[in-house]
Amino acid sequence: MFSNPDLLKFIFGRLTLESIPYHEPILVATFCGVAVGGIAMLALITYMKWWGPLWKDWITSVDHKKIGIMYIILAIVMLLRGFADALMMRAQQAMAFNGNEGIFPPHHYDQVFTAHGVIMIFFVAMPFVTGFMNFVVPLQIGARDVSFPFLNNFSFWMTTAGAIVVMISLFVGEFARTGWLAYPPLSGAEYSPGVGVDYYIWGLQVAGVGTTLSGINLIATIVKMRAPGMSFMKMPVFTWTSLCTNILIVATFPILTATLVLLSLDRYVGTNFFTNDLGGNPMMYINLIWIWGHPEVYILVLPAFGIFSEVVATFSGKRLFGYASMVYATCVIMILSYLVWLHHFFTMGSGASVNAFFGITTMIISIPTGAKIFNWLFTMYRGRIRYEVPMLWTVGFMVTFVIGGMTGVMLAVPPADFVLHNSLFLIAHFHNVIIGGVLFGLLAGVNYWFPKAFGFKLDPFWGKLSFWFWLVGFYFAFMPLYVLGLMGVTRRMSQFEDPSLQIWFIIAAFGAALIAAGIGCFLIQLVVSYIKREELKDETGDPWNGRTLEWSTSSPPPDYNFAFTPVVHDHDSWYDMKNRGYERPVKGYRPIHMPKNTGAGAILSALNLVLAFALIWYMWWLVVVSFVAILVVAIGHTFNYKRDFYITAEEVTAEENKRTELLAKQV
Amino acid sequence: MSNTKIDTSEKPQFFLEEDHHVESSTNLGFWLYLMSDCLIFAVLFATYAVVGRNYAAGPSPADLFELPLVAVNTAMLLLSSITYGFAMLQMERNAKAETLFWLAITGVFGAVFIGLEIYEFVNLIHEGAGPQRSAFLSAFFTLVGTHGLHVTFGIIWLITLMVQVSMHGLIAENKRRLMCLSMFWHFLDVVWIGVFSFVYLIGVVG
Repeated sequence: MFSNPDLLKFIFGRLTLESIPYHEPILVATFCGVAVGGIAMLALITYMKWWGPLWKDWITSVDHKKIGIMYIILAIVMLLRGFADALMMRAQQAMAFNGNEGIFPPHHYDQVFTAHGVIMIFFVAMPFVTGFMNFVVPLQIGARDVSFPFLNNFSFWMTTAGAIVVMISLFVGEFARTGWLAYPPLSGAEYSPGVGVDYYIWGLQVAGVGTTLSGINLIATIVKMRAPGMSFMKMPVFTWTSLCTNILIVATFPILTATLVLLSLDRYVGTNFFTNDLGGNPMMYINLIWIWGHPEVYILVLPAFGIFSEVVATFSGKRLFGYASMVYATCVIMILSYLVWLHHFFTMGSGASVNAFFGITTMIISIPTGAKIFNWLFTMYRGRIRYEVPMLWTVGFMVTFVIGGMTGVMLAVPPADFVLHNSLFLIAHFHNVIIGGVLFGLLAGVNYWFPKAFGFKLDPFWGKLSFWFWLVGFYFAFMPLYVLGLMGVTRRMSQFEDPSLQIWFIIAAFGAALIAAGIGCFLIQLVVSYIKREELKDETGDPWNGRTLEWSTSSPPPDYNFAFTPVVHDHDSWYDMKNRGYERPVKGYRPIHMPKNTGAGAILSALNLVLAFALIWYMWWLVVVSFVAILVVAIGHTFNYKRDFYITAEEVTAEENKRTELLAKQV
Repeated sequence: MSNTKIDTSEKPQFFLEEDHHVESSTNLGFWLYLMSDCLIFAVLFATYAVVGRNYAAGPSPADLFELPLVAVNTAMLLLSSITYGFAMLQMERNAKAETLFWLAITGVFGAVFIGLEIYEFVNLIHEGAGPQRSAFLSAFFTLVGTHGLHVTFGIIWLITLMVQVSMHGLIAENKRRLMCLSMFWHFLDVVWIGVFSFVYLIGVVG
């Protein structure tokens, strides 16, 4: 019966044994590593009997703090994958001279750079940023959770499901060979007939649902759930940048979704949106995808700006310089980010007038960004600066990001762009702003808020080591790419003819190795800090002498965040409270109304993962089954009306008394 | 804390002793969702505007569209919006049976709308004017089909809510849900007016 090819085709669609890349030694070794590691982890969880707590306290949790932490764990895991791709690319380009093929054939190399871009943007930077917004924003605005706690859990698991789809492509089938934005006609059915682009599409679509919903959720949270007295102009700057980022998310991710739907219709149904014949127009895709894609980079960098603003004020011991100008600069950047998308394809024949318009709007963005840099510098000016690890990242950012910003303005000049377009100069530029801006900010944030999340600080020695490796490694890795780009070397090349270029690639590879050491130090930092957690313990809840409300509660905060809702009188409200003799209430606790955990989000996302896999491999029966299952579970979930419960006054009292004792020990 | 100056002015209240009643976020959240959905339609409309005249030597709107059919279809959807409004009025009066009645009528109008749309699509495909024929038809089927899918989901949602209202009555949760569906339903109406004018009317006239 199983020899019947029609039946096999019906069950497995396009999936055959040939799709498993067991003839690729690198992949087989990776798979063995992942499998051994995975089995070891599962065994450990089983042995320690962690399945119950894992399900009850984490997977089904609607607590914004836990969801935030899970987002960041996802980001760090995916960072390792994305960075492994980066190391392989640097190795390939450093070797592939004089007829040496390097470590990959071109078709494999193309998958590696595509996966690197997709993973770093969608599954590292995005979950990292969303994780911080989730964890920090409700605490900063004095709320007990987000507006829609179940939706939050669902968003997280959809993002994870998207990441899993992309990871599956490593071992079953292949990934896209098109670059991270999958331009047609290359990504169309004619030139990419395999499953690679389908993995790309469905990975992003599943994760995109999560991102859009979490954007809606956080906007509603910030607009509706602020503590009494916190007007918009008293919100912490990180909350402001989060608000702008989430507005951008809600106003752009649907465009990505719709654009990818059109691409999938071209691939699955045979429509002619982006084809070369029957009236299709590939340039339309490129416009649409960048109308999403340019705001996307601001989605990533605005929260990082917010983190720097918090860090700079705290570690300079001063109120942020120019709060209002910071808020306006953020809003102006948010709006301008919609008016620049065409600068990604000046060379594609829009004509001089159109190019001039978009060149000028692009240059204008550097004005509010520059204002921010000056605000940070003036905050530091005459401040009592403490060079703790978050502050190091901030100073490293200011230097590095200014360089990246200036090369950005160079690229914004259309005639210059005609020379630099698609060259390694561009690659160096955007890594300069994304690493030097976004990633440095996120690592500053990790060091800054870690004690809030876990109750102990991160070890500063390994943190500083990690910082210096990253910073120096960054310059070694990307300055050579600027040089190569100016010499005319284009991006995405797997082989080179001119041996005089090789030395630059070797320097870049050395830089990548330094960054690897930086990532290694970061991981060691986590382990060392865990081992030394007693020594690094923070019992005050306010280890940095912070200024915003998250530092007014214990570390880690209780499930309900605040036993009493804070009342805000000034920005930097926690500093204001400390300054004006705030006394923490120690009695009169009331029961607290909280949302209940639910498994529906994880189950729905798992079903979406199955649906995506079935669509990728043309297993139509499974498409129908999983789609119906999604509908049934989603509708079934709406029949559950008992979604909340009360934490009793006794439980709150017990929890708060523990904190009272800890605080009493401090004096 | 050493550099902290103690402010001697009167100490204000720094926390609420009573429960803090947070305003419901559902309305704002649902509006945000609708606007994000609106952007999806915006992309589809923009796509239609760009490639809607790329007939690829195939049929044009004037050859294909039958305005009388579309007029009936439009009437169905507009009527369903009115009847949904009636349902909401009955909901405000806490009249469960009447609310369910008008919801059912709304669902029937919606189903007729979908039925006529499927009929139109099947006819077009039989005439050789399927979505693969030209970029114009790709954009047409996608725009109108996406709207149709939304209405279909609206009907499934409507049936779910009818079951829930009959099970639990017009409790606050159900009223909130009916309100959300109401916004969704009227939103689809507005989108359809765009489709009707921009695709069908201008297509046949222009």
